[in-house]
Amino acid sequence: MKLDSRIPSGPIEQAWDQARFDMKLVNPANKRKFNVIVVGSGLAGGSAAASLGELGYNVKCFCFQDSPRRAHSIAAQGGINAAKNYQNDGDSIYRLFYDTVKGGDFRAREYNVYRLAQNSVNIIDQCVAQGVPFAREYGGALANRSFGGAQVSRTFYARGQTGQQLLLGAYQALEAQVDAGSVKMYTRTEMLDLVIINGKARGIITRNLVTGQIESHAADAVILATGGYGNVFYLSTNAKGSNCTAIWRAHKRGAAFANPCFTQIHPTCIPVSGDYQSKLTLMSESLRNDGRIWVPLKGGDKRSPSQIPENERDYYLERRYPSFGNLVPRDVASRAAKAVCDEGRGVGETGLGVYLDFADSIKRLGKNAIEERYGNLFEMYNRITGEDPYTQPMRIYPAIHYTMGGLWVDYQLMSTIPGMFVLGEANFSDHGANRLGASALMQGLSDGYFVIPYTLGNYLASNKLEKVDTSAPEFAATTKEVNDTIARMLSIKGKRTVSSYHRELGKIMWDNCGMGRNAEGLTKAIQQIQALRQEYWQNVNVPGSGADLNQQLENAGRVADFLELGELMCRDALARNESCGGHFREEYQTEEGEAMRDDENFQYAAAWEYGGENAEPILNKEPLEFKYVHPAQRSYK
Amino acid sequence: MSTAALAPPNSARSLFSSVIVKKAIMAATGAALYLFVTVHLLGNLQVFLGPEAINTYAAKLKSIPEILWGARLGLLTLVGLHILTTIQLMKINSKARPVAYAKKANSASTAASRTMYLSGPTIAAFIVYHLLHLTVGSAHPQFSETDVYSNIVFGFRVWWVSAAYLVAMALLCTHLSHGVQSMFQSLGFNHPKHTPRIKKFAHAVGLIYFAGFASMPLAALSGFLPPFFERL
Amino acid sequence: MNLTLHVWRQANAAAPGRMERYDARNVSEDMSFLEMLDVVNEQLIAESKEPIAFEHDCREGICGSCGFMVNGVAHGPQRGTTVCQLHMRHFKDGEELYLEPWRATAFPVLKDLVVDRGALDRIIAAGGYVSVRTGSAPDGNAISVPKEAADISMDAAACIGCGACVAACPNAAAALFTGAKISHLGTLPQGQAERSRRALRMVEQLSLEDFGACTNIGECEAACPKQIPIEMIARMNHDHLKAAWQTRGARKSGGGE
Repeated sequence: MKLDSRIPSGPIEQAWDQARFDMKLVNPANKRKFNVIVVGSGLAGGSAAASLGELGYNVKCFCFQDSPRRAHSIAAQGGINAAKNYQNDGDSIYRLFYDTVKGGDFRAREYNVYRLAQNSVNIIDQCVAQGVPFAREYGGALANRSFGGAQVSRTFYARGQTGQQLLLGAYQALEAQVDAGSVKMYTRTEMLDLVIINGKARGIITRNLVTGQIESHAADAVILATGGYGNVFYLSTNAKGSNCTAIWRAHKRGAAFANPCFTQIHPTCIPVSGDYQSKLTLMSESLRNDGRIWVPLKGGDKRSPSQIPENERDYYLERRYPSFGNLVPRDVASRAAKAVCDEGRGVGETGLGVYLDFADSIKRLGKNAIEERYGNLFEMYNRITGEDPYTQPMRIYPAIHYTMGGLWVDYQLMSTIPGMFVLGEANFSDHGANRLGASALMQGLSDGYFVIPYTLGNYLASNKLEKVDTSAPEFAATTKEVNDTIARMLSIKGKRTVSSYHRELGKIMWDNCGMGRNAEGLTKAIQQIQALRQEYWQNVNVPGSGADLNQQLENAGRVADFLELGELMCRDALARNESCGGHFREEYQTEEGEAMRDDENFQYAAAWEYGGENAEPILNKEPLEFKYVHPAQRSYK
Repeated sequence: MSTAALAPPNSARSLFSSVIVKKAIMAATGAALYLFVTVHLLGNLQVFLGPEAINTYAAKLKSIPEILWGARLGLLTLVGLHILTTIQLMKINSKARPVAYAKKANSASTAASRTMYLSGPTIAAFIVYHLLHLTVGSAHPQFSETDVYSNIVFGFRVWWVSAAYLVAMALLCTHLSHGVQSMFQSLGFNHPKHTPRIKKFAHAVGLIYFAGFASMPLAALSGFLPPFFERL
Repeated sequence: MNLTLHVWRQANAAAPGRMERYDARNVSEDMSFLEMLDVVNEQLIAESKEPIAFEHDCREGICGSCGFMVNGVAHGPQRGTTVCQLHMRHFKDGEELYLEPWRATAFPVLKDLVVDRGALDRIIAAGGYVSVRTGSAPDGNAISVPKEAADISMDAAACIGCGACVAACPNAAAALFTGAKISHLGTLPQGQAERSRRALRMVEQLSLEDFGACTNIGECEAACPKQIPIEMIARMNHDHLKAAWQTRGARKSGGGE
C-alpha cells in the first residue's frame, strides 16, 4: 500500500492557503449534480453535511440515533480551544500549533496541526454567528478559561455543556438545509458496508433500524464522520451506541487504520460500582484545580477517609510531581492512579479508586466558592453515587475517553480508498499519541466546516466519475454479504448474550491494552480475543428477527466488529516498542517511571492494512517529519 | 409531514389558525370578563348599604337602554369568544393525545388549572340560571323589576339556591385564580420577579372575591340582611 | 431490593400494545434505572423472551435519547433528572412501577417504550436556526452580547429535546420545547433578523405535527430534566403575537420568501 500524505511543500504558515488555491473547483451550477453521502451527524458530520448542502451539493446524511442532535459530541463538557488571543496573554496560531504537537507527544503531522490551529479562529466566529451562547464577560465580550494545564486562556465554553451547544449549532444549520431540500436526513439508519466500484468509494449499504430494511445508496463521494471506538473497552465515557462499525467495515474494504492503539484515558471519572455497570461518567478535569488527590499510605487500609490522619495519607501526585502537582496531564495522572491501585492502596469497595478531596479548598475558600465553581459536578456525583462530596472526598478512577487513532487520511482528509473521506474522531490526523483538553471539538468542526468543503470539491473536480446508481452489480454483491452476516448472527441462537461478550472483551482490553501495556500481556490478549471471537460466532444468542426494531441485533453487529478491532489495537500496541502519549509500554520507561519515546525507530504513523479474515494485518509506515517543533522529552517534575 | 407544506410565514392565515393567537384571544376576553366580575361584585356589595343604595344604583344602570344593551351585547360577545376559543383548543388538545396513560401523576399543576374545562362550563350554566333568577326573573318566586334589594334577599332565602350559588362562586373564583396568572403568560408576559407576585395576587383575588360573593347569600340566609318591609 | 414492573409492550407502530408484568430481582441501589432494565433484559433473553426496547445512548443525561413514564411521571420521581441518571436508591423494596412510553399523536410508538420524535426535528427545521453561511461570520467579538442575555439564552438552550415536556403535558403540547428554542435564539443579537419568521413558522409547524395547545398549567416545567422554566413559553407567545400582529393582512401583498 502506498501512503501519499499529500502534505503541501513550502512554509507551514502559507501551506493551507496555497493548497486551497491549488485545488480544483466545481462549477456552482454543477454542484447539485453531485451526490454526497455523510455518515454521522456529530460535530464533524453535522457541520460537513450542513456546509456541503449550503454549497449546493446533493447531500444524504445518516445517523443511527433518532435525531442528528443525539450524536455523542453532545456530551463534551469543557470547551473548545481557539487561538484568538482575546485575553492578550501571548496566544497565537503558532502557539496553539506548538502546544498540540507537543501535547500529542510528536506523533502527529505538523501541517495538519497547523491548519487546525488556523481554523480554530474561524470556528469561534462561525459558532457565535449561529447563536451558540458562549459564556460572556460583563462587558459583553467572549469569556475564556485556561484548560488542561495550558498556560494561556484560550478555551471558549458554554457552561459545562460546550459540546452540546456547538452540536446544536451544527444541528440547526443541518436542519435548515433539510428544510431547504439540499440535505436529506436518514435517522435510525446504520451504515453496514461500503460499496466500491472501480477502486472508488461509490456508496453505502444501510439498515433501517425500525423496519430492518437493507438499503443501497449511491454517491460520488462518501464521508465518514462516525466518531471514535472507545467502546471496544465496554466501559468508557462514550455513549452506549458509539461504535466502530462504519470505519471498521471501510477498513475491511481497503481503508488503512492508523495508530489504533492510541487511546486516551481520562483521570477524573466516577469509579465502577458493580458488575451491572453499563458506562462510566466523566467529570470535568477542572476539578483537579481545587481537589487534592490521595490514597492511604498503607495498603488495605479500610478506614473511612475522615479517620485517616494527615500523616497516613499519600498525596502521590504532589509528591511525585512537585511543580505540576495535581495538574499533571491526563495520561500521567491516570497512570499514577493505576500504579497506587496496583499496589493495593486503592479506595472504595472495589479498590479501584483514589480520593479527590476538597476539604482543604473548602476550608480555605469556603463552601460557597466551591459550590459556585463545581456545584453542578458535585450534584452529578451525588446523583450517581449517593455520596456528598462536600463532606467526604470524591472517589475517582481513570476511564477510556477518546481514541486518537482512526482511519488513515491524507492532508485532504481522504482515506486510502479514493472518494472516501474521514472526519473528526474517526480519523487519526491531528492529535498524535495524546489529545489536549478542549481540542476534540475544535478538530471535528475544523474538518467539517473548513476543510472538507474545499477538499471534496477538489476530488470531484479532478476525477472523472462515471455515472453510478444502485443497480450496479457491486451494490447487489455487497448487499448479499451484509444480509448473510445478519442471517448468520441470527441463526446461532447460542447460550450467551451479546453484552456478556462485550464485557469480556472490554476486560481483556482494559487489563492488557489500557493504561499500561507490555509484550507479554498483549500477546496473551491477542490469543484471548481470537478465542473469544471464535466462541462468539458459535455461541452468541441474538433474539428476534432482522425484520424490525431489534436492539440486540444492532449491538451484535457492533460487538462483532469490536472483537476484530480489539485484536488490531493489541497488535499495534505490540509493534510500537516505545511509550508515547496515551500508549505506555511498561518495558519502555525511565527509571522514575516516566514514558520513554523512541524517535529513532518509531517516529511514524502506523497505517494498518486489512489482511483478510484469517490473515495478519500488514503494517505500513508514514514517516513523520518535525521541521518546526523539535521533539523533546515531556517533563512535569 | 414535510415542512414544504408550510404556508409562507407571513400569510394572514397564521393570525387566526395559530394556537397562540387563539389562546391570546381567550386571555384578552378573560381579562375583560374579569373586569366585569369586579364591577359586578362591587355594585352588588351595595346591598349592605341598604335598599336605597342598591336600588338607585340598579335604576341608574338601566336608565339608558343603549348603554345597557350595548354592554350586554359586549359581554355576550366576550363570553362567546372565550367559549369559542376554548372549544377550538379543546378539540386540538383531545386530538393530541388519543391514548391516555395507564397511570398519570400531576407534579406541578394546581387543581384550579386542571379543572378549567369543568369550572368553565359550570359557570356558563350558572350564568344562564343567574340571569333567569335575578335579571329576567322567570326563575324567581317573588321577582320585582325595580326592587333589586328584595330580589336578592328573598332569592337567597331559599337554602338550595344559596347553596348552588356558593358552589358556582367557588368554581368562578378558582377559575379566576388560574385565569389571572395564565392570561399574563398567554399574552407573553413572564418575569422572574413579577410573575410570582402575580400568582400570589391571583390566589388572593380568588379568595377575596369568593368572600365577597359568598357574603350576600350568607347574610340573606342568616337574617343579617332584613327584608325591605321589615326595615320600614 | 425486588421490584414489580408493569411495562408497555408493543411489537411495532401498527400492532396493539398491552401492559405486561415482570419481576426485577436483586436490584442494587447503586444501579441506574436503565441498568436495572439491562439486567431484566438479560434475564428475558435467557428465558427466550423478547427484551424490552427502550431508547438510550449517552446515559449521562445530555443526549436526550432516553425517557419514558415511571408511575405517571416523565423520567421518574427525581426532579431535574433524566431516567438514565435516576438511581435505584430512590425506590423502595417491593415497589410496583408502571413504565409507559411518551404518549402523543405526534410521537407514535415504534416499539415498547420507543417513540418517534421526528416531529421535534421538523419544528427546528421550520425555523429553529440562524442562517449563516459557513465562513461568512464576522469576528466573534464584533457584536457584544450582554452577559444577562447570554445567560438567559443558555438557560433556554440547555434543552436536550427528550420530549418529556410533551409527555407530561395533559394536552401533549410542545410549547416548552419550541419556546426554549425561540427564546435561545431570540435573546441573542445574532437571532434578531429571523426572529419573527422563526416565531411564526415554528408555531405553525407545531399545529401541523398535531401537538396540543398550551394551557399554562406548568407540568412541563416540572418534568423538564434541564429545569427549563415556562417563562420560555411566555417569550414564545410574545414573539409570536408580535410577529402575527405585524404581518396581519400581509396576504394580499404576497408575502413569502
